[in-house]
Amino acid sequence: MLYLKCPYCGQMADETELASGGQAHLRREGPDSSDSAFEAYLFLRDNPRGVHFERWRHAYGCGKWFHAARCTRTLEVFGTYRAQMGAPPQDILAAIAARRGETA
Amino acid sequence: MSEPGFVSVSELGAGMIALRGDLRSKVFRKAAEAGTGLKLPAPCTIVWDGARALGWMAPDELLLVVPEGEGAVTVAALEHALAGQHALVADVSDARAMFHISGPGAREALAKLTPADLSPAAFPVGTLRRTRLGQVAGALWAEERGLTVLCFRSVAVYMRDLLADASHPDAALRVF
Ligand SMILES: [Zn+2]
Repeated sequence: MLYLKCPYCGQMADETELASGGQAHLRREGPDSSDSAFEAYLFLRDNPRGVHFERWRHAYGCGKWFHAARCTRTLEVFGTYRAQMGAPPQDILAAIAARRGETA
Repeated sequence: MSEPGFVSVSELGAGMIALRGDLRSKVFRKAAEAGTGLKLPAPCTIVWDGARALGWMAPDELLLVVPEGEGAVTVAALEHALAGQHALVADVSDARAMFHISGPGAREALAKLTPADLSPAAFPVGTLRRTRLGQVAGALWAEERGLTVLCFRSVAVYMRDLLADASHPDAALRVF
């Protein structure tokens, strides 16, 4: 069972209280983009075995969207952060690096 | 319910108002407090006196509980106080249903329905949590006399059956 801490209301939400929103930090392609860029935006997603950045919604709670960094292999959660952030914050990257022995 | 369960479940009539806006705004806070006569609650908590309650539902949403029939007059007062503000006042008295669950085992009965930790240590009196109850969304909070559950009126019959089932006399637990 996956538990994520909602960064808005601070509650530890159970997986069944959350709605998954898929991969985080997608860049929206507009009407001027190429067909391949638009296809990638619409359909192509990373499916890593390891660290993944995702969107989740506290659907049964405060209703807010947020981001989560977790490992798809071990289900370890590195942290959650607000939906307004366009990229993972430094403390999340540091937490991942510390656990992985990798440079962020 | 064919036989009484190990807790008592009663449906309560109340005026309920959803109030959304910027909780950091002085005008908004003053309006919410004036609407109930209660101090703004901390996140994930609810405050009450004998007749009214003020609950924190989300970073931009409060719940006002007022005596049955006082919803409209409270809405009018809030709208007046929030004129020109970016805020929303909605009388949801008829859109929501409220149940009170009391008696020893009230926490156990509800713990069967929700993933929330309802132990007294994790969920002390005054805590409010929006969560899942069975298959539907709901809010619940702890009072000295028991727990109150709030859900959409459209699933009130389901909730009543769910609570009756969870408090069946043959299914009592003593965990907390
Ligand atoms: Zn939340």
